[in-house]
Amino acid sequence: MVQTLNIPLPDLSAIAPELILTAWVCGVLLIDLFIPKDRKHYVGILSLVGLTLTFLCSGYLYLRGENLSLFGGMLAVDGFALYFKMVFVVVVMLTIAISLRYLPLEEINLGEYYGILLFATLGMMVMAASTDLITIYLSLELMSLSIYILAGFIKKDPKSIEAALKYFLLGAFSSGILLYGMALLYGLSGTTNLSGIGSYFAQHDLSHEPTAILAMILLIAGFAFKIAAVPFHMWVPDVYEGAPTPVTAFMSVGPKAAAFAALMRIFLVAIVAVRPHWNSIFWGLAVLSMTIGNVVAIAQTSLKRMLAYSSIAHAGYVLIGIVAGNQIGYASVLLYVLVYVFMNLGAFSMIILLCTKSGRGDQIKDFTGLARVNPWAAAAFVVFFLSLAGIPPTGGFVGKLYIFAAAIQANYVGLAIIGVLNSAISLYYYFRVVMAMYMEELPGPLHLSTHPVLVFALTVMVLATLFLGLYPGPFIDAAMSSMAPLLPKAGVLASHF
Amino acid sequence: MVPITYYLWLGAILFMIGAVGVLTRRNAIIILMCIELMLNGVNVTLIAFAQRLADLGGQVFAIFVITVAAGEAAVGLAIIISLFRNRSTLNVDEINLLKW
Repeated sequence: MVQTLNIPLPDLSAIAPELILTAWVCGVLLIDLFIPKDRKHYVGILSLVGLTLTFLCSGYLYLRGENLSLFGGMLAVDGFALYFKMVFVVVVMLTIAISLRYLPLEEINLGEYYGILLFATLGMMVMAASTDLITIYLSLELMSLSIYILAGFIKKDPKSIEAALKYFLLGAFSSGILLYGMALLYGLSGTTNLSGIGSYFAQHDLSHEPTAILAMILLIAGFAFKIAAVPFHMWVPDVYEGAPTPVTAFMSVGPKAAAFAALMRIFLVAIVAVRPHWNSIFWGLAVLSMTIGNVVAIAQTSLKRMLAYSSIAHAGYVLIGIVAGNQIGYASVLLYVLVYVFMNLGAFSMIILLCTKSGRGDQIKDFTGLARVNPWAAAAFVVFFLSLAGIPPTGGFVGKLYIFAAAIQANYVGLAIIGVLNSAISLYYYFRVVMAMYMEELPGPLHLSTHPVLVFALTVMVLATLFLGLYPGPFIDAAMSSMAPLLPKAGVLASHF
Repeated sequence: MVPITYYLWLGAILFMIGAVGVLTRRNAIIILMCIELMLNGVNVTLIAFAQRLADLGGQVFAIFVITVAAGEAAVGLAIIISLFRNRSTLNVDEINLLKW
């Protein structure tokens, strides 16, 4: 008997952003072969075109309000996924814009760089849309493997290779831990689908089942590595310092946001029934990340390391939103991720602005007297620092305001107080750099880049940071409505504020 | 027939040997091998569960894990080779340029 295998083909237009990007990466890698070595920036510009198309396509689907489940529940195309997809595309566009100056300086102006960067984006985009353990794992690895390569992209620099090795070994180790947690979840519930796991957990009381608790702890450990929360943060400063600066900028935003998206999908859909258990662990992770990240950042002399510790602290702030567990808390996670993209990428771009062939410009003392050479650059840096510290009128203030408001509304007043105190600590080390830029005399000649794309990207980031602080209304609404598809599964009643 | 718990214990023990190896061994290649061991421990677990649940999902998952592990080994070995070219050592204790 001949059996015909009937595979229903879903409506592929819903995953058009991913399809366009996949086709574009393959095209970019092929075209790269025909572009001479001194003109590799054309590959970057070509990638920017593809990313613009992807962005427009995601934006169209987002505005249409798609809410679909595809491939037998493997992928979801909903507001949550599309919101993150657009954020990722913006991250990569800005990363490419700041790479165009950096790559020739380090003599790594290779076309593959852009191809691998786009593959990482693809991984992140699928990750935000995944509603199945298999797709989450696959997209996570696509993202991680691409970034391991990017971290070691300066082959001649032992620091870069060392960063790649440390990132690779710890990243693969944490993926293994995450995977074991996923296997246990599958064994318990008999399905890899997140909603399926969720309904199994809802029907059975698993709060005293050791396997369920073990799976939860393994998942938390795996994700804490990816979002760089204390005590799983040991790799962060080393990897951030050694990796090429644009890659560091990318790593500190993109994969972290993607990990948060997947974390929210797993914890709010699949294992929300054991919320009392994981909530207290996240509470501890948030407090530890904020406190240790901010306190250790004070002692740093390298700006890259300082920003690495600050990014650990910011993971802690975002976790507050998840611990609060109300509508405004989850929405503030999405809002904070968006703000964080502009301010953190901006701070790293300042390092690129200063880097020359002889020095990487990543020490705090390299910025001494910058305000006298170029007041605009110094002012831009002040805006990013104000935003990172959470001071109005910047986007960082709005983001933190919503996170702390959510914590207070959910009766986590202690957590909100710890968060505010930590913001005060962070002000100290951010303003050490500002002091150096404004108060100290210029030690010697300081060369600033005037690369047009870099300057344009910096302007965009400054304006976006200020705009998000002055007129956050539409972005708050977007974050609220993007979170809506997940709320009923997380057992949160949606309401309007 | 061998009971399923034997397979689950085998998977857990493989995973633990791998995890302890990652934490205690100092040679980058051996650490990479230990990570592969962890992934294979997970594969045994997944397939044991799939067998008990009579569900193909776990086996599909295991095949994907094997595929990803191959890619991971390729990237990892490439990084280790370029590290060796730079530093002429594979001992992770001697790889300590990045410290404050």
